[in-house]
Amino acid sequence: MTVVLTQFWPAMAAAFLASLVEAVEALTIVLAVATVRGWRPAGLGALAGLALLVLIVVALGPLLDRIPLHLLQLVIGILLLLFGMRWLRKAILRAANIIPLHDETVAFKMGTEELHKQARRHEARLDWLAALASFKAVLLEGLEVVFIVIAIGTGRGLLVPAGAGALAACLLVAGAGLVLHRPLARVPENTLKFTVGVMLSAFGVFWTGEGLGITWPGADSAILAFAALFLAVGLMAIVLARRPSAEMLR
Amino acid sequence: MNALITVFRELTGLFVDDGSLALAILAVIIIAALIAAAMPDVQLAAGAVLLFGCLGVLVANVLRAAQR
Repeated sequence: MTVVLTQFWPAMAAAFLASLVEAVEALTIVLAVATVRGWRPAGLGALAGLALLVLIVVALGPLLDRIPLHLLQLVIGILLLLFGMRWLRKAILRAANIIPLHDETVAFKMGTEELHKQARRHEARLDWLAALASFKAVLLEGLEVVFIVIAIGTGRGLLVPAGAGALAACLLVAGAGLVLHRPLARVPENTLKFTVGVMLSAFGVFWTGEGLGITWPGADSAILAFAALFLAVGLMAIVLARRPSAEMLR
Repeated sequence: MNALITVFRELTGLFVDDGSLALAILAVIIIAALIAAAMPDVQLAAGAVLLFGCLGVLVANVLRAAQR
């Protein structure tokens, strides 16, 4: 039971935090569509995106059971490493002021401007285009959530905690969006991405190693040690790479 | 067709943002796999290469980006 618990909470937390980031990004675009063209095309596009996501999961989910476990661990481990370290790198560069922070308010503004431009070009087709923007946002960000849940949950029977974490995050963001009707600009996105990058990279090293036939000391607990190492190295990299921010230069 | 290309690009973008980082990670994994195959009795050697290789690749990539 201890062994299971050492992965249960990290798996749920990683899926929750990663899904929170993706859901906030999808919500920003859906809200932009709703602001410009109303809730009908925004809602229909989002629902169509969700429906396609469910179809993809239902169609591809059972295939995972047919893949040999070691191969599955190796492939998922490699994808997790690529995905997690990509997030971690970007979060480090943002924290070190090398690249600008992602701003949901700016993303919302850009989304509404793009829709206004489309309105001037294709007035007649606008509802379709607006619904398509909403559909694409939910589908693409949703695919990331599905990947994270599958990657974290497959192989050790952790689909339930990973899925529950992702679902909780999506419901939380959707609820907040419905109440506030504006982008969730105050979510500390870079901190979340840094944390998730650390956790996914740790899971990635663990699964890739297992896929290569490596027996890690401490078994599943090794994930926590890997996460601590990635965290320490990530924080060190921020310090080493840090540039003074524009505000400090003024 | 454009929508399909966009979806493909977005899917690739999930895993590859900076090509050199992705290539370096894959190189570390291949080296770890070779060590695991060559020295099955010393599995931890491959594990250490994998773990510290990934950490090294991350720091090197970040520092290079900072110098640009």
